[in-house]
This record gives sequence, C-alpha cells and structure tokens, in this order.
Amino acid sequence: MDEMQEIIKNYVIKEYVEDDTELTYDTPLISGGIVDSFSMVSLKRFLENKYSISIPDDRATPEAFDSVNKICALVREFVK
Amino acid sequence: MAYSDKTRGMYSEVLTGLQSAGLFKQERYIHSAQAADIEVEFPSGAPLKKVINICANNYLGMSSHPEVVKAAHDGLDSHGYGMSSVRFICGTQDIHRTLEKMVTQFLGTEDTILFPSCMDANAGVFEAVLTKDDVMISDRLVHASIIDGIRLCSAMHDTFKHSDMEHLEEKLQLHNDKRLKCVITDGVFSMDGDTARLDKMVELCDKYDALLFVDDSHSSGFIGKTGRGTHELCGVMGKIDIITTTFGKGLGGASGGCVSGRKELVEMCRQKARPYLFSNTIAPPVVAGVIKVLEILSASTDRRDKLESNTAFWRKGLTDAGLIIKAGDTPIVPVMLFNAKLAQDVSRDLYDEGIYAIGFFFPVVPQGQARIRTQISAGHEIHHLEKALEAFKKVGKKYDILGKTKQEIIEMYGM
Repeated sequence: MDEMQEIIKNYVIKEYVEDDTELTYDTPLISGGIVDSFSMVSLKRFLENKYSISIPDDRATPEAFDSVNKICALVREFVK
Repeated sequence: MAYSDKTRGMYSEVLTGLQSAGLFKQERYIHSAQAADIEVEFPSGAPLKKVINICANNYLGMSSHPEVVKAAHDGLDSHGYGMSSVRFICGTQDIHRTLEKMVTQFLGTEDTILFPSCMDANAGVFEAVLTKDDVMISDRLVHASIIDGIRLCSAMHDTFKHSDMEHLEEKLQLHNDKRLKCVITDGVFSMDGDTARLDKMVELCDKYDALLFVDDSHSSGFIGKTGRGTHELCGVMGKIDIITTTFGKGLGGASGGCVSGRKELVEMCRQKARPYLFSNTIAPPVVAGVIKVLEILSASTDRRDKLESNTAFWRKGLTDAGLIIKAGDTPIVPVMLFNAKLAQDVSRDLYDEGIYAIGFFFPVVPQGQARIRTQISAGHEIHHLEKALEAFKKVGKKYDILGKTKQEIIEMYGM
C-alpha cells in the first residue's frame, strides 16, 4: 500500500460509491459499473490537479482507469 | 441477399437473450381513447378488457378532453395535416409561432422554440449552445434523453450525486476554469417522483456563474401553484436559463416538445439545433390542440387542483394500506416492491383485477429497487382510485407485503 493508492481509492469511494460496496486496489471500476464513463472526467481532473500533471485524452481510456492500481500506473508515467 | 441467415441468427440470439432475462418489452394494444377507463387487448389476440389506467402521463386528463379534440379537428380543417417541410424552408405556420409565444408566457421565459419531441429538444439543445471549451454538470438520475443530448455535445461532461447540492458545488469549483458551466437536472424525476432543489441550484449557479438547465416534462401544467412547473414551486420563475418540456404528457399528451428560456439560447437552437433543422416540426392539428390546452390551463387551475387532491388521496390510501411508497407530493407514486419478479407478478395480478399498472425493474431502475410506478390524473374520479386501492390491497394481501418493512419484503422475495 502506498500513499497514492490510498488517496485515489478514497477519492473513488467518496465520489462514486453510494452503498457499502467494498473496494480493493484491483476492483474493476469502469467494467464493474462503479464509475460510469461520463464520470471519468472528474476523476481525470482530480488526478491532474492533485499531481500537477496533464493526462492526454487518448491515454485517459476506460481500460487505463479500470482500477486503482491501473490509475496509479498511469499517473506515475506523468509525474515528474 | 444481404440479410443472411447468419445475420438473422445473430439478432434472434440477442432478442432471445432479452426474453430469458425478463427484459423483453411487450406492447399492450389499447382500443379506446387515452383516459382513466380504457379497453385493452393483452396479450395480443386476447378479448378486450376494461381496466382503469394508472400508468399514463395523462396528468391533467387532457389527452381526450372534448375541447382539445375539437380544437385539433378545427386545426386540421384550417391548417391541414402536415407541412412537408422543416421549419426554416416552408414548414412554419402562424400557429407554430402563436404556440411558441403562448409557451413563453405560460412558463415565464424570454422565448421558445418548438421541437418534434422533448427527446429531440434534449438531443439538440446542448450541442447548439455549448462548445468543447464548456462543461455540462448533470444530476446522476437525469432522463435518458438528456444523456443522449449530452453524448452528442462536444463539451466536457461531469455528474453530481442525485440532488446532492454539496457535491454539485464541489463540481462547480472543480470546473470553474471552463468558459461556460451548465448545470443539468430534471424538474421532477420520472422514476422516483421527487423534485429538484431548484432554489438552491439557482443560488449555486449565480455564485459560480453557471447556466441552469431543467427538463420539466413531468411538471409542466400541474406543479406549482398555477401549474407552471418546478420553477414556480421553488420560487425561481424567470431564473432558469433553459427549460425543456413536452406536450406529450400533462400538456395534451399527443407529441411535441420545446426549448424555452433566454432568447439568445433559443435563437442558437433555431440556428444550430439539428433535430430542429433536419426534421419537420409538430403537425398542425397537434399545435392547435396544445394551444387549446394552454388556454384551458391559463384560465383556471381547476384541473391541477383536482390532480393535487387526487394525488393526496392516493398517497394516503396506499400508505394506510401498508404499502411502501416513495415520499413526495407529485402524482408519480412508486409502490416499492424491491424484487423484479414480485413487481411483474403484482402488475399481472393487478391487471386481472382490472387495474393497468406496470412493473419497473433493473436496468430501468437500480438493482433491488423494483416497483410499480403509479401515475395519478385529474381524469381519475375518486371511484377509480378507490377501486385501484382495493385491488392493491387484495394483491398485497396475496403476497403478504401489507404492513411489511423493506427488509421484511426483501427477506421474503430477495432483491
């Protein structure tokens, strides 16, 4: 567990989970129906603001956003 | 032949899948005019059955109102059957502009543009007024037609939790760098019958310089003291930038819709909205019918007042009978059953008792929230509602759900 994983997981829970669904770092977010493709926008903007990065639209795909671990991997590519 | 056996088989498989999942929709043929008492053929080929309709959007009982029917006849005689043209070529008659002005006055806005349906209004409006530099922030439970309109627009899209004003404010802050922000909501939400918090939304939109869009299809004609809609109910008439609504529900029930609001935004729709530019507008007899509806509703609040008292009677009757309903004041009254099969069984048994009401379940509503959605009308008399209540009690007793909590019903039938 690292800090980025926890921050992103907590954001996803606060933003998208409206019942007692348990979330792990590998829970499928988009394909699992927890985050709809529309709502990815706020997740992308949150990550960009939080880590002072810019994620190109063609990299912000449902596959790349499909779990906390995948999101962390994507963010790390852009963090300097 | 392009339509090969392989292609046919592919579609057959999909349709069979819908049937086995219990998601296959079947139409019921109504042989009478739309009203509280109707004659239905169901299933196809079955003898006609007289039933009480409690699932129509005929909130004000206008669908077969004799004055509206006569006005439509007169409109047909004076202005013909169709226009054979889109509006800006040779498809605009004097009555189209008359109706636009009447809607503007009725809703208390600056201008109005007609669309073939509210689905078309919602499909066209966002693309016409927003660009890729803007953001749309919508309630997570907005109607499917709004979702489609959002998909057709190049602006960024984000959502806020249903009716959660703190979450909306967070989103307005998050997107404060955008050229334009547009907050999007239904006035009355069609599945739960709850009402948007427009007073608070207006306050937030003022604070963050955002546009406010409201689809008032399940409100126009009867919500608010004089039936103008949720903006009247919430005391924010004149403060909503874009209202879309339909003439296919309370305002006559035939077809057609509109965008009403700030005059520049309406003009943008007239110049750019694709369903307006590339489709015929509302047919003349329907325009004449809606004009009569607005005349009737502007002259008296009798029908919305009757709807209000019918709704109170119905809500109290269901609650006293021990059924679980969604709280609220609107004529959309969902009877909660939680389990999809139970909702379908109750609907079937109600039909046997002469009551026409439909079960809704996933994916139309969230998993575990299956229900019978009942909709009350000013066309109902108390004897209709009493008979329907007796049927609900009888069927509710059969399934042992009267007086039971949500948890107890779920324990008996599952989610």
